[in-house]
Amino acid sequence: MTSAAQSVQPKYDNSYLRKKNLTIIAAIAIIVLMGWFASNYSDYDSIYAISSIPFALSWLFTNFMPTADSLQELPEILYQTYSTILAAVASTTLASVLAIVVGVLGSNVVGVSSVVVRMALRVIASVFRNIPIVAWALILLLSFKQGEFTGFLALFLSTFGQLARLFLDTFDEISVGPVEALKTTGASYWHIVFQAAIPLAITQLMSWILYMVETNIRSATLVGMLTGSGIGFIFDLYYKNFRYDTAGLVVLVTIIAVIVIELVSNKVRRSML
Amino acid sequence: MNKELLFEVKDLSKSYTADKKALDSVSFTANTGELITIIGSSGAGKSTLLRCINRLIEPSSGSIKFKGKEVTSLNRSELKDYRTNVGMIFQGYNLIYRLSAIENVLHGRLGYKNVIAGALGLYSEEEKQRAFELLDEVGLSEFAYRRADRLSGGQKQRVGIARALNQDPAMMLCDEPIASLDPKSSEAVMKQLREIVDTKGITCIVNLHQVKTAIDFSDKIIGLRHGKKVFEGLPSELTLDTIKFIYEGTKDEATEVSAMEQIGDSHLKAGASND
Ligand SMILES: Nc1ncnc2c1ncn2[C@@H]1O[C@H](COP(=O)(O)OP(=O)(O)O)[C@@H](O)[C@H]1O
Ligand SMILES: [Mg+2]
Repeated sequence: MTSAAQSVQPKYDNSYLRKKNLTIIAAIAIIVLMGWFASNYSDYDSIYAISSIPFALSWLFTNFMPTADSLQELPEILYQTYSTILAAVASTTLASVLAIVVGVLGSNVVGVSSVVVRMALRVIASVFRNIPIVAWALILLLSFKQGEFTGFLALFLSTFGQLARLFLDTFDEISVGPVEALKTTGASYWHIVFQAAIPLAITQLMSWILYMVETNIRSATLVGMLTGSGIGFIFDLYYKNFRYDTAGLVVLVTIIAVIVIELVSNKVRRSML
Repeated sequence: MNKELLFEVKDLSKSYTADKKALDSVSFTANTGELITIIGSSGAGKSTLLRCINRLIEPSSGSIKFKGKEVTSLNRSELKDYRTNVGMIFQGYNLIYRLSAIENVLHGRLGYKNVIAGALGLYSEEEKQRAFELLDEVGLSEFAYRRADRLSGGQKQRVGIARALNQDPAMMLCDEPIASLDPKSSEAVMKQLREIVDTKGITCIVNLHQVKTAIDFSDKIIGLRHGKKVFEGLPSELTLDTIKFIYEGTKDEATEVSAMEQIGDSHLKAGASND
Protein backbone atom coordinates (compact mmCIF):
# COMPACT_ATOMS: atom_id res chain seq x y z
CA MET A 1 0.00 0.00 0.00
CA THR A 2 2.69 2.50 1.07
CA SER A 3 4.92 1.82 -1.91
CA ALA A 4 1.98 2.35 -4.29
CA ALA A 5 1.23 5.67 -2.64
CA GLN A 6 4.87 6.74 -2.95
CA SER A 7 5.08 5.91 -6.63
CA VAL A 8 2.33 8.43 -7.51
CA GLN A 9 4.09 11.20 -5.57
CA PRO A 10 4.78 13.99 -8.15
CA LYS A 11 8.52 14.27 -8.81
CA TYR A 12 10.70 17.01 -10.23
CA ASP A 13 10.87 16.58 -14.00
CA ASN A 14 13.52 18.58 -15.87
CA SER A 15 12.20 17.78 -19.35
CA TYR A 16 9.36 20.33 -19.02
CA LEU A 17 11.61 23.35 -18.53
CA ARG A 18 14.19 22.06 -21.02
CA LYS A 19 11.51 21.74 -23.68
CA LYS A 20 10.44 25.32 -23.02
CA ASN A 21 14.03 26.61 -23.44
CA LEU A 22 14.42 24.71 -26.70
CA THR A 23 11.24 26.30 -28.04
CA ILE A 24 12.57 29.78 -27.31
CA ILE A 25 15.95 29.03 -28.98
CA ALA A 26 14.20 27.60 -32.03
CA ALA A 27 11.96 30.68 -32.29
CA ILE A 28 14.96 33.03 -32.20
CA ALA A 29 16.77 30.96 -34.84
CA ILE A 30 13.74 31.09 -37.13
CA ILE A 31 13.40 34.86 -36.78
CA VAL A 32 17.10 35.44 -37.59
CA LEU A 33 16.89 33.14 -40.58
CA MET A 34 13.78 34.82 -41.91
CA GLY A 35 15.41 38.22 -41.53
CA TRP A 36 18.46 37.02 -43.44
CA PHE A 37 16.36 35.60 -46.29
CA ALA A 38 14.21 38.68 -46.50
CA SER A 39 17.11 41.09 -46.67
CA ASN A 40 18.84 39.00 -49.35
CA TYR A 41 15.64 38.85 -51.33
CA SER A 42 15.09 42.62 -51.19
CA ASP A 43 18.75 43.63 -51.59
CA TYR A 44 18.53 45.23 -48.19
CA ASP A 45 21.96 45.98 -46.75
CA SER A 46 21.71 46.40 -43.01
CA ILE A 47 25.25 47.81 -42.62
CA TYR A 48 24.51 50.53 -45.16
CA ALA A 49 21.05 51.17 -43.64
CA ILE A 50 22.42 51.64 -40.15
CA SER A 51 25.34 53.79 -41.27
CA SER A 52 23.03 56.14 -43.13
CA ILE A 53 20.83 56.86 -40.09
CA PRO A 54 22.92 59.83 -38.83
CA PHE A 55 22.90 61.38 -42.27
CA ALA A 56 19.15 60.90 -42.68
CA LEU A 57 18.50 62.42 -39.27
CA SER A 58 20.57 65.51 -39.96
CA TRP A 59 18.86 65.93 -43.33
CA LEU A 60 15.48 65.70 -41.63
CA PHE A 61 16.40 68.24 -38.98
CA THR A 62 17.82 70.84 -41.36
CA ASN A 63 15.04 70.58 -43.92
CA PHE A 64 12.01 70.03 -41.71
CA MET A 65 12.98 72.64 -39.12
CA PRO A 66 10.11 75.20 -39.12
CA THR A 67 11.23 78.63 -40.21
CA ALA A 68 9.83 82.12 -39.68
CA ASP A 69 8.34 81.84 -43.15
CA SER A 70 6.36 78.75 -42.28
CA LEU A 71 4.82 80.49 -39.25
CA GLN A 72 2.70 82.49 -41.65
CA GLU A 73 0.82 79.28 -42.35
CA LEU A 74 0.20 78.64 -38.66
CA PRO A 75 -3.46 79.84 -38.59
CA GLU A 76 -4.33 77.49 -41.45
CA ILE A 77 -2.45 74.62 -39.78
CA LEU A 78 -4.18 75.23 -36.46
CA TYR A 79 -7.56 75.35 -38.15
CA GLN A 80 -6.90 72.04 -39.93
CA THR A 81 -5.63 70.47 -36.69
CA TYR A 82 -8.81 71.60 -34.97
CA SER A 83 -11.02 70.11 -37.67
CA THR A 84 -9.02 66.85 -37.61
CA ILE A 85 -9.43 66.55 -33.85
CA LEU A 86 -13.12 67.25 -34.23
CA ALA A 87 -13.47 64.56 -36.90
CA ALA A 88 -11.63 62.07 -34.68
CA VAL A 89 -13.72 62.85 -31.60
CA ALA A 90 -17.04 62.90 -33.50
CA SER A 91 -16.40 59.65 -35.37
CA THR A 92 -15.22 57.91 -32.18
CA THR A 93 -18.26 59.10 -30.23
CA LEU A 94 -20.73 57.96 -32.86
CA ALA A 95 -18.91 54.64 -33.34
CA SER A 96 -18.86 54.10 -29.54
CA VAL A 97 -22.62 54.46 -29.25
CA LEU A 98 -23.21 51.93 -32.00
CA ALA A 99 -20.54 49.61 -30.58
CA ILE A 100 -22.17 49.75 -27.12
CA VAL A 101 -25.49 48.74 -28.68
CA VAL A 102 -23.83 45.78 -30.43
CA GLY A 103 -21.84 44.90 -27.28
CA VAL A 104 -24.96 44.85 -25.09
CA LEU A 105 -27.25 43.01 -27.50
CA GLY A 106 -24.59 40.42 -28.37
CA SER A 107 -23.40 39.82 -24.81
CA ASN A 108 -23.82 36.41 -23.23
CA VAL A 109 -24.80 38.02 -19.92
CA VAL A 110 -27.26 40.78 -20.93
CA GLY A 111 -27.70 40.07 -24.64
CA VAL A 112 -30.88 39.29 -26.54
CA SER A 113 -32.22 35.82 -25.86
CA SER A 114 -31.89 34.69 -29.49
CA VAL A 115 -28.60 32.85 -30.01
CA VAL A 116 -28.81 33.46 -33.76
CA VAL A 117 -28.94 37.25 -33.34
CA ARG A 118 -26.06 37.15 -30.85
CA MET A 119 -23.94 35.09 -33.24
CA ALA A 120 -24.79 37.41 -36.16
CA LEU A 121 -23.66 40.45 -34.15
CA ARG A 122 -20.41 38.71 -33.30
CA VAL A 123 -19.74 37.87 -36.92
CA ILE A 124 -20.46 41.46 -38.03
CA ALA A 125 -18.10 42.81 -35.37
CA SER A 126 -15.33 40.40 -36.41
CA VAL A 127 -15.66 41.25 -40.09
CA PHE A 128 -15.56 44.99 -39.41
CA ARG A 129 -12.61 44.67 -37.09
CA ASN A 130 -10.54 42.93 -39.71
CA ILE A 131 -10.89 45.66 -42.33
CA PRO A 132 -8.03 48.15 -41.80
CA ILE A 133 -8.75 51.87 -41.88
CA VAL A 134 -6.71 52.44 -45.05
CA ALA A 135 -8.82 49.84 -46.83
CA TRP A 136 -11.98 51.64 -45.71
CA ALA A 137 -10.57 54.94 -47.00
CA LEU A 138 -9.76 53.44 -50.40
CA ILE A 139 -13.12 51.66 -50.70
CA LEU A 140 -15.03 54.79 -49.73
CA LEU A 141 -13.05 56.91 -52.19
CA LEU A 142 -14.59 54.83 -54.96
CA SER A 143 -18.13 55.77 -54.02
CA PHE A 144 -17.66 59.20 -52.42
CA LYS A 145 -15.54 62.10 -53.56
CA GLN A 146 -12.44 63.18 -51.70
CA GLY A 147 -13.43 65.23 -48.70
CA GLU A 148 -14.01 65.49 -44.99
CA PHE A 149 -17.07 63.25 -44.95
CA THR A 150 -15.19 60.36 -46.58
CA GLY A 151 -12.44 60.67 -43.97
CA PHE A 152 -15.01 60.79 -41.21
CA LEU A 153 -16.78 57.70 -42.54
CA ALA A 154 -13.54 55.71 -42.79
CA LEU A 155 -12.68 56.60 -39.18
CA PHE A 156 -16.19 55.80 -38.03
CA LEU A 157 -16.33 52.36 -39.67
CA SER A 158 -12.92 51.21 -38.52
CA THR A 159 -13.49 52.49 -34.97
CA PHE A 160 -16.87 50.79 -34.82
CA GLY A 161 -15.30 47.47 -35.80
CA GLN A 162 -12.60 47.62 -33.18
CA LEU A 163 -14.83 48.85 -30.36
CA ALA A 164 -17.71 46.45 -31.12
CA ARG A 165 -15.37 43.49 -30.68
CA LEU A 166 -13.89 44.91 -27.47
CA PHE A 167 -17.30 45.82 -26.03
CA LEU A 168 -18.68 42.34 -26.74
CA ASP A 169 -15.91 40.99 -24.53
CA THR A 170 -16.50 43.69 -21.92
CA PHE A 171 -20.22 42.95 -21.64
CA ASP A 172 -19.49 39.21 -21.56
CA GLU A 173 -17.37 39.70 -18.49
CA ILE A 174 -19.64 41.82 -16.30
CA SER A 175 -20.75 39.99 -13.19
CA VAL A 176 -24.02 38.11 -13.42
CA GLY A 177 -25.03 38.75 -9.80
CA PRO A 178 -26.11 42.42 -9.98
CA VAL A 179 -27.84 41.80 -13.32
CA GLU A 180 -29.78 38.97 -11.71
CA ALA A 181 -30.56 41.11 -8.68
CA LEU A 182 -32.27 43.73 -10.84
CA LYS A 183 -34.16 41.01 -12.65
CA THR A 184 -35.61 39.92 -9.30
CA THR A 185 -36.89 43.45 -8.59
CA GLY A 186 -39.15 43.14 -11.63
CA ALA A 187 -37.00 45.48 -13.73
CA SER A 188 -37.47 45.31 -17.51
CA TYR A 189 -34.76 44.53 -20.06
CA TRP A 190 -33.82 48.16 -20.77
CA HIS A 191 -33.83 48.99 -17.07
CA ILE A 192 -31.27 46.26 -16.56
CA VAL A 193 -29.14 47.43 -19.49
CA PHE A 194 -28.98 51.04 -18.33
CA GLN A 195 -29.05 50.57 -14.58
CA ALA A 196 -26.82 47.48 -14.27
CA ALA A 197 -24.90 46.49 -17.40
CA ILE A 198 -23.61 49.93 -18.37
CA PRO A 199 -22.68 51.07 -14.84
CA LEU A 200 -20.86 47.75 -14.36
CA ALA A 201 -18.87 48.23 -17.57
CA ILE A 202 -18.52 52.01 -17.76
CA THR A 203 -14.94 52.31 -16.49
CA GLN A 204 -13.70 49.87 -19.08
CA LEU A 205 -15.85 51.34 -21.85
CA MET A 206 -14.57 54.86 -21.20
CA SER A 207 -11.01 53.65 -21.07
CA TRP A 208 -11.32 52.06 -24.52
CA ILE A 209 -13.18 55.04 -25.96
CA LEU A 210 -10.50 57.48 -24.79
CA TYR A 211 -7.81 55.22 -26.20
CA MET A 212 -9.63 55.20 -29.55
CA VAL A 213 -9.88 59.01 -29.55
CA GLU A 214 -6.10 59.17 -29.11
CA THR A 215 -5.34 56.66 -31.86
CA ASN A 216 -7.93 58.22 -34.15
CA ILE A 217 -6.21 61.60 -34.10
CA ARG A 218 -3.12 59.88 -35.42
CA SER A 219 -5.16 57.79 -37.89
CA ALA A 220 -7.10 60.85 -39.04
CA THR A 221 -3.81 62.41 -40.13
CA LEU A 222 -2.98 59.39 -42.24
CA VAL A 223 -6.49 58.98 -43.64
CA GLY A 224 -6.58 62.70 -44.47
CA MET A 225 -3.72 62.20 -46.92
CA LEU A 226 -5.86 59.74 -48.85
CA THR A 227 -9.21 61.46 -48.58
CA GLY A 228 -7.84 64.97 -48.98
CA SER A 229 -9.01 66.37 -45.68
CA GLY A 230 -7.65 67.86 -42.49
CA ILE A 231 -4.10 68.00 -41.33
CA GLY A 232 -2.97 65.02 -43.38
CA PHE A 233 -4.07 66.77 -46.52
CA ILE A 234 -2.13 70.00 -45.89
CA PHE A 235 0.93 68.04 -44.83
CA ASP A 236 0.78 66.23 -48.14
CA LEU A 237 0.30 69.50 -49.96
CA TYR A 238 3.29 71.29 -48.41
CA TYR A 239 5.42 68.18 -48.77
CA LYS A 240 4.74 67.78 -52.47
CA ASN A 241 5.49 71.47 -53.02
CA PHE A 242 8.91 71.02 -51.37
CA ARG A 243 7.91 73.29 -48.49
CA TYR A 244 9.52 70.98 -45.97
CA ASP A 245 9.79 73.64 -43.28
CA THR A 246 6.03 74.15 -43.24
CA ALA A 247 5.45 70.39 -43.40
CA GLY A 248 7.76 70.17 -40.38
CA LEU A 249 5.58 72.70 -38.57
CA VAL A 250 2.52 70.56 -39.33
CA VAL A 251 4.27 67.56 -37.78
CA LEU A 252 5.22 69.61 -34.72
CA VAL A 253 1.66 70.89 -34.22
CA THR A 254 0.29 67.34 -34.63
CA ILE A 255 2.67 65.97 -32.02
CA ILE A 256 1.72 68.72 -29.56
CA ALA A 257 -1.99 68.12 -30.22
CA VAL A 258 -1.63 64.38 -29.62
CA ILE A 259 0.26 64.93 -26.37
CA VAL A 260 -2.32 67.44 -25.12
CA ILE A 261 -5.18 65.05 -25.94
CA GLU A 262 -3.36 62.27 -24.15
CA LEU A 263 -2.88 64.39 -21.03
CA VAL A 264 -6.54 65.37 -21.03
CA SER A 265 -7.76 61.80 -21.48
CA ASN A 266 -5.45 60.54 -18.72
CA LYS A 267 -7.04 63.06 -16.42
CA VAL A 268 -10.54 61.99 -17.43
CA ARG A 269 -9.59 58.35 -16.97
CA ARG A 270 -8.27 58.95 -13.46
CA SER A 271 -11.36 60.86 -12.40
CA MET A 272 -13.54 57.99 -13.64
CA LEU A 273 -12.10 55.35 -11.29
CA MET B 1 -51.00 39.45 13.19
CA ASN B 2 -53.55 37.48 11.22
CA LYS B 3 -51.79 34.65 9.44
CA GLU B 4 -53.18 33.40 6.18
CA LEU B 5 -51.87 31.26 3.36
CA LEU B 6 -49.62 33.28 1.03
CA PHE B 7 -47.62 30.79 -0.87
CA GLU B 8 -47.67 27.13 -1.80
CA VAL B 9 -45.12 24.86 -3.46
CA LYS B 10 -46.28 21.47 -4.64
CA ASP B 11 -44.19 18.56 -5.95
CA LEU B 12 -41.54 20.93 -7.25
CA SER B 13 -38.71 19.19 -9.12
CA LYS B 14 -35.73 20.46 -11.04
CA SER B 15 -33.12 18.51 -13.03
CA TYR B 16 -30.15 20.31 -14.54
CA THR B 17 -28.99 17.08 -16.09
CA ALA B 18 -31.00 14.05 -17.16
CA ASP B 19 -29.48 11.68 -14.62
CA LYS B 20 -29.85 13.72 -11.42
CA LYS B 21 -32.58 15.68 -9.64
CA ALA B 22 -31.32 18.81 -7.89
CA LEU B 23 -34.81 19.21 -6.45
CA ASP B 24 -37.07 16.21 -5.95
CA SER B 25 -40.82 16.67 -5.35
CA VAL B 26 -40.58 19.34 -2.69
CA SER B 27 -43.84 20.65 -1.20
CA PHE B 28 -44.48 23.20 1.54
CA THR B 29 -46.64 26.20 2.36
CA ALA B 30 -45.90 29.62 3.77
CA ASN B 31 -48.23 32.00 5.63
CA THR B 32 -48.07 35.77 5.75
CA GLY B 33 -45.64 37.09 8.33
CA GLU B 34 -43.69 33.86 8.67
CA LEU B 35 -39.94 33.33 8.71
CA ILE B 36 -39.08 29.98 7.21
CA THR B 37 -35.53 28.71 7.02
CA ILE B 38 -34.28 26.03 4.70
CA ILE B 39 -31.29 24.10 5.98
CA GLY B 40 -29.14 21.48 4.33
CA SER B 41 -25.55 20.89 3.34
CA SER B 42 -24.05 22.64 0.32
CA GLY B 43 -25.39 21.01 -2.82
CA ALA B 44 -28.63 19.95 -1.10
CA GLY B 45 -30.67 22.12 -3.47
CA LYS B 46 -31.42 25.19 -1.30
CA SER B 47 -30.46 27.77 -3.95
CA THR B 48 -32.22 25.79 -6.65
CA LEU B 49 -35.44 25.83 -4.61
CA LEU B 50 -35.28 29.58 -4.00
CA ARG B 51 -34.41 30.40 -7.60
CA CYS B 52 -37.24 28.24 -8.90
CA ILE B 53 -39.65 30.18 -6.70
CA ASN B 54 -39.02 33.47 -8.55
CA ARG B 55 -38.24 31.65 -11.79
CA LEU B 56 -34.62 32.71 -12.16
CA ILE B 57 -34.51 29.00 -12.95
CA GLU B 58 -37.40 27.29 -14.69
CA PRO B 59 -38.62 24.32 -12.62
CA SER B 60 -38.86 20.99 -14.44
CA SER B 61 -42.21 20.08 -12.93
CA GLY B 62 -44.54 20.90 -10.08
CA SER B 63 -46.61 23.88 -9.07
CA ILE B 64 -45.93 27.17 -7.32
CA LYS B 65 -48.89 29.24 -6.15
CA PHE B 66 -48.57 32.82 -4.92
CA LYS B 67 -51.77 34.38 -3.52
CA GLY B 68 -53.64 31.54 -5.20
CA LYS B 69 -52.23 32.25 -8.65
CA GLU B 70 -50.07 29.72 -10.51
CA VAL B 71 -46.56 31.14 -10.99
CA THR B 72 -45.14 28.59 -13.42
CA SER B 73 -47.53 29.64 -16.20
CA LEU B 74 -47.14 33.43 -15.91
CA ASN B 75 -46.31 35.29 -19.11
CA ARG B 76 -43.48 37.79 -19.37
CA SER B 77 -45.22 40.85 -18.00
CA GLU B 78 -47.09 38.91 -15.31
CA LEU B 79 -43.75 37.44 -14.23
CA LYS B 80 -42.33 40.96 -13.84
CA ASP B 81 -45.25 41.97 -11.62
CA TYR B 82 -44.85 38.80 -9.58
CA ARG B 83 -41.12 39.43 -9.13
CA THR B 84 -41.84 42.98 -7.98
CA ASN B 85 -43.93 41.33 -5.24
CA VAL B 86 -41.08 39.01 -4.24
CA GLY B 87 -37.80 40.59 -3.10
CA MET B 88 -34.52 38.71 -3.07
CA ILE B 89 -31.25 39.12 -1.20
CA PHE B 90 -28.05 37.27 -1.96
CA GLN B 91 -24.96 35.87 -0.29
CA GLY B 92 -22.78 38.10 -2.50
CA TYR B 93 -25.07 41.16 -1.98
CA ASN B 94 -25.15 41.77 -5.76
CA LEU B 95 -25.08 45.55 -5.53
CA ILE B 96 -23.85 47.85 -8.28
CA TYR B 97 -20.64 48.89 -6.60
CA ARG B 98 -20.05 52.06 -8.61
CA LEU B 99 -23.32 53.49 -7.36
CA SER B 100 -24.13 54.94 -3.96
CA ALA B 101 -26.14 53.10 -1.32
CA ILE B 102 -29.26 55.16 -2.02
CA GLU B 103 -29.06 54.58 -5.78
CA ASN B 104 -28.90 50.85 -5.12
CA VAL B 105 -31.95 51.10 -2.88
CA LEU B 106 -33.81 53.06 -5.57
CA HIS B 107 -33.34 50.10 -7.92
CA GLY B 108 -36.04 48.42 -5.86
CA ARG B 109 -38.55 50.74 -7.57
CA LEU B 110 -37.68 49.67 -11.13
CA GLY B 111 -40.53 47.17 -11.27
CA TYR B 112 -42.99 50.07 -10.89
CA LYS B 113 -41.46 52.34 -13.53
CA ASN B 114 -41.91 52.74 -17.27
CA VAL B 115 -39.05 52.00 -19.64
CA ILE B 116 -37.73 55.56 -20.05
CA ALA B 117 -37.95 56.68 -16.42
CA GLY B 118 -36.43 53.42 -15.18
CA ALA B 119 -33.63 53.32 -17.74
CA LEU B 120 -32.63 56.92 -17.05
CA GLY B 121 -33.04 56.49 -13.29
CA LEU B 122 -35.64 59.24 -12.93
CA TYR B 123 -37.27 58.87 -9.53
CA SER B 124 -39.85 61.08 -7.86
CA GLU B 125 -38.97 63.15 -4.81
CA GLU B 126 -41.25 60.85 -2.81
CA GLU B 127 -39.38 57.76 -3.96
CA LYS B 128 -36.04 59.31 -3.03
CA GLN B 129 -37.27 60.20 0.43
CA ARG B 130 -38.65 56.71 0.94
CA ALA B 131 -35.32 55.18 -0.13
CA PHE B 132 -33.59 57.34 2.45
CA GLU B 133 -36.07 56.30 5.14
CA LEU B 134 -35.46 52.64 4.33
CA LEU B 135 -31.72 53.16 4.67
CA ASP B 136 -32.42 54.82 8.01
CA GLU B 137 -34.52 51.82 9.00
CA VAL B 138 -31.60 49.45 8.41
CA GLY B 139 -29.30 51.86 10.25
CA LEU B 140 -27.42 53.24 7.28
CA SER B 141 -28.73 56.79 6.82
CA GLU B 142 -25.26 58.27 7.35
CA PHE B 143 -23.91 56.13 4.49
CA ALA B 144 -26.68 56.94 2.00
CA TYR B 145 -24.39 58.77 -0.42
CA ARG B 146 -21.37 56.52 0.01
CA ARG B 147 -20.38 54.26 -2.87
CA ALA B 148 -21.48 50.70 -2.23
CA ASP B 149 -17.94 49.31 -2.65
CA ARG B 150 -16.82 51.36 0.34
CA LEU B 151 -19.26 49.71 2.75
CA SER B 152 -18.51 46.71 4.97
CA GLY B 153 -20.04 43.31 4.22
CA GLY B 154 -22.77 43.70 6.82
CA GLN B 155 -23.61 47.18 5.54
CA LYS B 156 -23.75 45.94 1.95
CA GLN B 157 -26.20 43.24 2.96
CA ARG B 158 -28.39 45.80 4.72
CA VAL B 159 -28.40 47.91 1.54
CA GLY B 160 -29.53 44.74 -0.24
CA ILE B 161 -32.35 44.35 2.31
CA ALA B 162 -33.39 48.00 1.87
CA ARG B 163 -33.44 47.51 -1.92
CA ALA B 164 -35.71 44.49 -1.55
CA LEU B 165 -37.97 46.34 0.94
CA ASN B 166 -38.29 49.20 -1.54
CA GLN B 167 -40.19 46.81 -3.80
CA ASP B 168 -42.97 46.71 -1.18
CA PRO B 169 -42.81 42.93 -1.39
CA ALA B 170 -45.19 40.46 0.19
CA MET B 171 -42.40 37.92 0.40
CA MET B 172 -38.59 37.94 0.50
CA LEU B 173 -36.24 35.19 -0.63
CA CYS B 174 -32.85 35.21 1.08
CA ASP B 175 -30.13 32.95 -0.31
CA GLU B 176 -27.57 32.43 2.45
CA PRO B 177 -27.66 36.10 3.43
CA ILE B 178 -25.13 35.71 6.24
CA ALA B 179 -22.74 33.13 4.80
CA SER B 180 -20.08 35.76 4.01
CA LEU B 181 -20.48 37.74 7.24
CA ASP B 182 -18.77 37.69 10.63
CA PRO B 183 -20.86 36.52 13.62
CA LYS B 184 -21.75 40.03 14.77
CA SER B 185 -22.95 41.24 11.35
CA SER B 186 -24.75 37.91 10.86
CA GLU B 187 -26.68 38.46 14.07
CA ALA B 188 -27.59 42.01 13.02
CA VAL B 189 -28.83 40.90 9.60
CA MET B 190 -30.90 38.03 11.04
CA LYS B 191 -32.44 40.36 13.64
CA GLN B 192 -33.29 42.76 10.84
CA LEU B 193 -35.05 40.02 8.90
CA ARG B 194 -36.93 38.88 12.01
CA GLU B 195 -38.09 42.46 12.62
CA ILE B 196 -39.25 42.84 9.00
CA VAL B 197 -41.34 39.71 9.34
CA ASP B 198 -42.84 40.75 12.69
CA THR B 199 -43.55 44.43 11.97
CA LYS B 200 -44.38 44.43 8.26
CA GLY B 201 -45.90 41.00 7.95
CA ILE B 202 -43.59 40.15 5.05
CA THR B 203 -42.89 36.43 4.65
CA CYS B 204 -39.19 35.53 4.50
CA ILE B 205 -37.77 32.30 3.17
CA VAL B 206 -34.15 32.08 4.22
CA ASN B 207 -31.54 29.56 3.10
CA LEU B 208 -29.10 28.94 5.90
CA HIS B 209 -26.00 26.93 6.46
CA GLN B 210 -26.02 27.12 10.23
CA VAL B 211 -28.58 25.06 12.12
CA LYS B 212 -28.10 27.13 15.27
CA THR B 213 -29.15 30.35 13.52
CA ALA B 214 -32.15 28.61 11.98
CA ILE B 215 -33.33 27.46 15.41
CA ASP B 216 -32.86 30.91 16.94
CA PHE B 217 -34.75 32.90 14.33
CA SER B 218 -37.31 30.85 12.45
CA ASP B 219 -40.98 30.05 12.79
CA LYS B 220 -40.58 26.95 10.68
CA ILE B 221 -37.59 24.93 9.48
CA ILE B 222 -37.38 22.84 6.33
CA GLY B 223 -34.54 20.35 5.94
CA LEU B 224 -33.30 19.42 2.48
CA ARG B 225 -31.09 16.47 1.65
CA HIS B 226 -30.10 15.54 -1.91
CA GLY B 227 -32.97 17.66 -3.23
CA LYS B 228 -35.62 15.97 -1.07
CA LYS B 229 -37.48 17.51 1.85
CA VAL B 230 -36.56 15.37 4.86
CA PHE B 231 -37.86 17.60 7.64
CA GLU B 232 -40.51 20.24 8.15
CA GLY B 233 -41.48 21.56 11.55
CA LEU B 234 -41.01 23.98 14.41
CA PRO B 235 -37.49 24.68 15.66
CA SER B 236 -38.43 22.82 18.85
CA GLU B 237 -39.23 19.72 16.82
CA LEU B 238 -35.79 19.51 15.28
CA THR B 239 -33.91 16.74 17.04
CA LEU B 240 -30.24 15.89 17.02
CA ASP B 241 -31.05 12.72 15.09
CA THR B 242 -32.77 14.72 12.37
CA ILE B 243 -29.83 17.09 12.10
CA LYS B 244 -27.52 14.09 11.86
CA PHE B 245 -29.66 12.69 9.06
CA ILE B 246 -29.81 15.99 7.11
CA TYR B 247 -26.04 16.37 7.13
CA GLU B 248 -25.04 12.68 7.09
CA GLY B 249 -22.24 11.88 4.70
CA THR B 250 -21.73 15.51 3.61
CA LYS B 251 -18.74 17.71 4.22
CA ASP B 252 -20.76 19.90 6.61
CA GLU B 253 -21.60 16.92 8.83
CA ALA B 254 -18.81 17.34 11.37
CA THR B 255 -19.32 21.08 11.98
CA GLU B 256 -23.10 21.13 12.17
CA VAL B 257 -23.57 17.98 14.21
CA SER B 258 -20.85 18.80 16.72
CA ALA B 259 -22.17 22.36 17.07
CA MET B 260 -25.61 21.00 17.93
CA GLU B 261 -24.18 18.37 20.25
CA GLN B 262 -22.49 21.12 22.23
CA ILE B 263 -25.69 23.09 22.56
CA GLY B 264 -27.53 19.92 23.42
CA ASP B 265 -31.26 19.99 24.00
CA SER B 266 -31.27 23.53 25.38
CA HIS B 267 -32.46 24.74 21.98
CA LEU B 268 -35.90 23.45 22.80
CA LYS B 269 -36.36 26.37 25.17
CA ALA B 270 -35.01 28.90 22.67
CA GLY B 271 -37.41 27.59 20.06
CA ALA B 272 -40.39 27.72 22.39
CA SER B 273 -39.79 31.34 23.38
CA ASN B 274 -40.18 32.43 19.80
CA ASP B 275 -43.95 31.86 19.68
N1 LIG C 1 -26.57 25.75 -13.11
C1 LIG C 1 -26.40 24.47 -12.73
N2 LIG C 1 -26.14 23.52 -13.65
C2 LIG C 1 -25.98 22.23 -13.29
N3 LIG C 1 -26.06 21.79 -12.02
C3 LIG C 1 -26.32 22.68 -11.05
C4 LIG C 1 -26.49 24.08 -11.36
N4 LIG C 1 -26.74 24.73 -10.20
C5 LIG C 1 -26.72 23.79 -9.23
N5 LIG C 1 -26.47 22.56 -9.72
C6 LIG C 1 -26.41 21.32 -8.95
O1 LIG C 1 -27.62 21.15 -8.28
C7 LIG C 1 -27.42 20.68 -6.96
C8 LIG C 1 -28.02 21.64 -5.97
O2 LIG C 1 -27.30 22.86 -5.96
P1 LIG C 1 -27.72 24.14 -5.15
O3 LIG C 1 -29.16 24.38 -5.32
O4 LIG C 1 -26.81 25.24 -5.52
O5 LIG C 1 -27.45 23.67 -3.65
P2 LIG C 1 -27.23 24.55 -2.34
O6 LIG C 1 -27.71 25.93 -2.60
O7 LIG C 1 -28.02 23.83 -1.31
O8 LIG C 1 -25.79 24.51 -2.02
C9 LIG C 1 -25.92 20.50 -6.80
O9 LIG C 1 -25.62 19.15 -7.02
C10 LIG C 1 -25.34 21.37 -7.88
O10 LIG C 1 -24.13 20.83 -8.33
MG1 LIG D 1 -26.56 27.75 -2.48
